[in-house]
Amino acid sequence: MLTQVAPRVVEERQTRPSAPVFALEGVQVLYAGVPAVAGVSFELYENEITAFIGPSGCGKSTLIRCLNRMNDLIASASVTGRVLYRGVDLYGDDVDPVQVRKRIGMVFQKPNPFPKSIYDNVAFGPRVLGAAKDSLDEIVERSLVKAALWDEVKDRLRSNAFGMSGGQQQRLCIARALAIEPDVILMDEPASALDPISTAAIEDLMLELVEDYSIVIVTHNMQQAARVSNRTAFFDVDLDGGRRVGRLVEYAPTETIFTNPSDQRTREYVTGKFG
Amino acid sequence: MATAAAILGVPRRRRGEQAIKGLLLLAALLSVLTTAGIVVALVEETVSFFGEVALTDFVTGTDWSPLFAEPSFGVLPLVTGTLLVSAIALAVATPIGLGAAVYLAEYASPRVRRAVKPVLELLAGVPTIVFGYFALLFFTPEVLEPLFGEPLQGFNALSAGVVMGFMIVPTIASVSEDAMSAVPAALREGAFGLGATKLQVATRVVFPAALSGVVASFVLGASRAIGETMIVLIAAGLQPNFTADPRKSVETMTTFVAATAKGDAAVGSVAYEAIFAVGTVLFVLTLLMNLLSIRFVRRYRQVYE
Amino acid sequence: MRAPRTDRFRAGIFHGLLLSCIVISAAMLVTLLLDITLDGAGSLSFDFLTNSSSFKPELAGIWPALMGTLWLMAIVTLFVVPVGVAAAVHLEEYADPTRWWNRVVEVNIQNLAAVPSIVYGILGLAFIVRGPLSLGPVVLAGALTLGLLVLPVVIIAAREAIRAVPPSIREASLALGATQWQTIYKQVLPAAIPGIATGVILALSRAIGETAPLIVIGAASFVAFAPSSPNDVFTAVPIQMFEWISRPQEEFHQLAAAGILVLMAVLLAMNSVAIWLRNRYERKW
Repeated sequence: MLTQVAPRVVEERQTRPSAPVFALEGVQVLYAGVPAVAGVSFELYENEITAFIGPSGCGKSTLIRCLNRMNDLIASASVTGRVLYRGVDLYGDDVDPVQVRKRIGMVFQKPNPFPKSIYDNVAFGPRVLGAAKDSLDEIVERSLVKAALWDEVKDRLRSNAFGMSGGQQQRLCIARALAIEPDVILMDEPASALDPISTAAIEDLMLELVEDYSIVIVTHNMQQAARVSNRTAFFDVDLDGGRRVGRLVEYAPTETIFTNPSDQRTREYVTGKFG
Repeated sequence: MATAAAILGVPRRRRGEQAIKGLLLLAALLSVLTTAGIVVALVEETVSFFGEVALTDFVTGTDWSPLFAEPSFGVLPLVTGTLLVSAIALAVATPIGLGAAVYLAEYASPRVRRAVKPVLELLAGVPTIVFGYFALLFFTPEVLEPLFGEPLQGFNALSAGVVMGFMIVPTIASVSEDAMSAVPAALREGAFGLGATKLQVATRVVFPAALSGVVASFVLGASRAIGETMIVLIAAGLQPNFTADPRKSVETMTTFVAATAKGDAAVGSVAYEAIFAVGTVLFVLTLLMNLLSIRFVRRYRQVYE
Repeated sequence: MRAPRTDRFRAGIFHGLLLSCIVISAAMLVTLLLDITLDGAGSLSFDFLTNSSSFKPELAGIWPALMGTLWLMAIVTLFVVPVGVAAAVHLEEYADPTRWWNRVVEVNIQNLAAVPSIVYGILGLAFIVRGPLSLGPVVLAGALTLGLLVLPVVIIAAREAIRAVPPSIREASLALGATQWQTIYKQVLPAAIPGIATGVILALSRAIGETAPLIVIGAASFVAFAPSSPNDVFTAVPIQMFEWISRPQEEFHQLAAAGILVLMAVLLAMNSVAIWLRNRYERKW
């Protein structure tokens, strides 16, 4: 049985032809010379939520970390092909990864607030980017409001972030990312460590944020992808001459992927036959 | 094609960060500089020393009297002095340290461990001059003199050796205990499951499995004993007797260096250079022992981690 | 099914022997502390703390030695904290562990941690007191020598503290557009401060009791005044006590015991602070 896509969501979402924010051309990621993900070419669009789904090991996390040069942190990783962000190859010689991350923010699977106060967590990004001291209060409030966390914490901004629940911490991480006013927000399995209620809160948040930001999420939860995303990219592992390489199998509007996929493997994955 | 600058903004100048990276590297290189400094300091004067003293005289001579009008530089008394005191220390420290280690690793309840570990840590934190005081002014008069009577000199190797042994107990105990605790529980449980007693498990299963760590602790303890100065300086006197009799006073390599550096040897004299020659022997010896113990530690860590 | 009597007997003996090892060690420690307290408590007095050294035991005190030790510890701290933390940051955050020169640095630090303290004295004598720096037997020379001696302790402790900060914190910081140095300076180091402080206290505990290197570099035994600059000749508490122990008169031995009590009290205070720091700020990530 193919996953039901809630009718309300189908109505609201239109596949608007908007500008491509990312254009990947023949992107390949290698670890110590061994390809982990290969031959990926597709475009991601503005003000849309694009979901990367697929079985474990298919490279979806690896790929999303290319979009903000976080793969640089892994010494043995190398990227070939072109990752174009609004026309600029992020892996070009003249590109500074620090600049990239100011425009393309990231939220991680396990909430990772700094061991500081809620205020200092959200203010960290603006501070290191040189924001004026008297603008911080306003930035912090604005970001916490956008992350649907302000009401819950406005009276205890100076308390330690570790005192919050998992769901609140993740929303704090989102607020933190929003504070630097990025263009794109990448989310690597943002709700997989959270309980169902917090997950629902995060998903609602995503649907609000997409009006102002472009969002890419990696999720192993197909229903989540069906619930929130405009477009879905399905990845799978190819056994390429004995080696496991992740490849993009199908990329289409979410409704298509879940109700009428073209590729047999996509059909099998979304109907739960494997993965 | 859009330019990186237009889309991503111009990166802020961060030349300061490059300078910081350089400073950090320099700080790390200081360690290499220190070792180089030690080597250069030692080698330079040692070479001068052997310009005036024949190597064979040094290595095989049994008369060490560098400050006499007709000096003699046979280093053997210093070596035997060092070995005598160290051997006594290890004879004391090894059984006590190993016993404590086995007890802590295999027998002690968590509550007992919490009470005992501070004792060992305290022992490890006592400055060696305090041990020296204890050896000279308590151990010799109150313990050794009643036992040995007349033949015992006020300054003697035995007192320094025994007290030094207690100083080394924490070293042997902690490294051995670390090695024994690293032995997986599965090994013990297997033996218990076969009906072995605690004694048998401790001696036949855990101890052999932790052997390389135990050896490492011994070598480390020996290295500390050889390099120790104050206990011997205070309690063993400064007579370079070429002897194996622990009741006599001895001079070790370390106490010779300390006493001569403090004393009247003129800079540039052979006696002054002797400081560095003996220092070289000390440095090389302890270096080799430390490298050896690191090897052994690596071996037991590798097996279980 | 109880074990046969001989087995239980043997097990009991073995257990007893092991326990006795602990008991002997504890007894030795207690004896040592008792002996020194009995010998020295009588000489402890305000005058003892504030008087200078003297040939008459009734008039002798440890003030210059105490001040010398304080000066030494202050300069040692100023030296080892920046250098030790900097070296640790380099090794943990910037250095590529596969490069041979970084491995050389690591091996060096391990070796230096185990070199006998008197060899550091020789190094100090050759390079700091004489040789290239030629500072003479002054406080600065003593502090630098002791600093080099305990630097490996600080580096090793700082590295562990830095390593304990989880990578997720660094990732979060970098993902916000911070540079590597900003991440280290604003996130990693602040989180590592308790561990670093504990390491520094341990290093100072070691340095405060060291006698042999100071003897070799020429710390004075008869100094009437406390140092007033890093360029003054100096004495230190362990040196003063060594001097008193070396005298034949028993009154001076008692003074040495009193000095030891002061030294041990300081050490106890320092280690208590270290333990308190560790307990209060140890973070469960």
